[in-house]
Amino acid sequence: MATIHLTTPISADEAAKLKVGDQVFITGVIYTARDAAHKRLVELVEAGKELPFAIKDQLIYFVGPTPAKPGKAIGSAGPTTSYRMDKYSPILLDLGLRGMIGKGSRSQEVKSSMVKNKAVYLAAVGGAAALIAKTIKKAEIIAYEDLGPEAIRRLEVEDFPAIVVNDVEGSDLYELGIQKYRIEN
Amino acid sequence: MLKPKIKREDKTLREIHVDQIIEAVTQMVQEANYNIGKDVEDAFKQALATEESPTGKDVLQQLLENVEIARTEQVPICQDTGFAVFIIELGQDVHIVGGSLTEAINEGVRRGYLAGYLRKSIVAHPLERKNTGDNTPAIIHLELVAGEKIKIHMAAKGGGSENMSFVKMLKPSDGVEGVKDFVIECVKTAGPNPCPPIVVGVGIGGTFEKAAYLAKKSLFRDLGRRSELADIAELEEELLEKVNKLGIGPQGLGGRTTALDVHVEIYPAHIASLPVAVNINCHAGRHKEVIL
Repeated sequence: MATIHLTTPISADEAAKLKVGDQVFITGVIYTARDAAHKRLVELVEAGKELPFAIKDQLIYFVGPTPAKPGKAIGSAGPTTSYRMDKYSPILLDLGLRGMIGKGSRSQEVKSSMVKNKAVYLAAVGGAAALIAKTIKKAEIIAYEDLGPEAIRRLEVEDFPAIVVNDVEGSDLYELGIQKYRIEN
Repeated sequence: MLKPKIKREDKTLREIHVDQIIEAVTQMVQEANYNIGKDVEDAFKQALATEESPTGKDVLQQLLENVEIARTEQVPICQDTGFAVFIIELGQDVHIVGGSLTEAINEGVRRGYLAGYLRKSIVAHPLERKNTGDNTPAIIHLELVAGEKIKIHMAAKGGGSENMSFVKMLKPSDGVEGVKDFVIECVKTAGPNPCPPIVVGVGIGGTFEKAAYLAKKSLFRDLGRRSELADIAELEEELLEKVNKLGIGPQGLGGRTTALDVHVEIYPAHIASLPVAVNINCHAGRHKEVIL
């Protein structure tokens, strides 16, 4: 289990080097989107229209932050639960999305899509929202301002901490963790 | 128009003006989101001491750092500042004046969530899903009790943990073993999603909706406090032990601390029914109480 410093955008080769359990620190640009934005993005894809940002080799962070206090880049910004985006993720992965940051397990369909598309799923610590916010240096809404906390934001992050939960080989840290620590009666 | 105080026998109703309620709620919704209770912080520290998984320890360490940052900088502990859920114990000798109790609570939530830079997480219609823009309406549970006070108890209830909640109508013949099996199944199904280490709220008895309310109410109790009923306290201890054998661990990444506590509330039941409800809370049990 290595410690890896990643800079976005991330190529398929770089993603393939990440292994389940690796601790990563991300620097660069990441994009935010959750339930409502994903619905709109997929509607655009299905209509053959362009997305609000170039998605290839990028990371999407599933988050709806609190409003920023004056002088701060962003409010508290921990991950939301990823399974709610499971319906939409494979469509974005097929377009070249390189990784997703969230929390909680993904469906088999999403995991298979990650293996096929050489993408990864990273978990940030749910509830460490004030701590994570400190790694976000800049935040701007680039689409769907009407969605408020659910708008698509472009974030500039420095050493944003996450752990590799699903790698390109199909391993799952949630499964491995429980296997190690479960005591059956 | 000034109405005369109503006299019942030799008793006068105590007037409480809605402005007091608005003020109290405006403050408490912010405090609940910035300042974690001592019981929760103590529970994190205890978990850190007993957790065996290195990743688990790292997560707990981050959670402790996080509540410190939130308290010091007066920023929300979590970005999900929740549905504002209230349990109001309204003394029946209280007369609320100046407006409606429900509107006062919602106004307090509105003001608090705006002034406190808290997230507006409520949609007006569950199917159309347009954000209400001010985190109202709140969820208000009103209990009429004896006396002339109002006890306002508020919890910021996040959506992620709320989504991992379940109700089942067991058969009386399923018994306590059936109840335990159901609770464990719920926690297993929830897995990493509700941000473990979780607090498990269990309601047993009543009707379908009463059991669910009991489960929610049980989450308003401080961590580490057992039920006052001896057999239920024992059940809480046993469930906590069983849950922590599941190995889900902090953030579901594996470990010994899957739950910080289990709380059980009970109510009489129908001869044909054994309803059980499980309402899960994340590790950040954020609630505040004010008595007027």
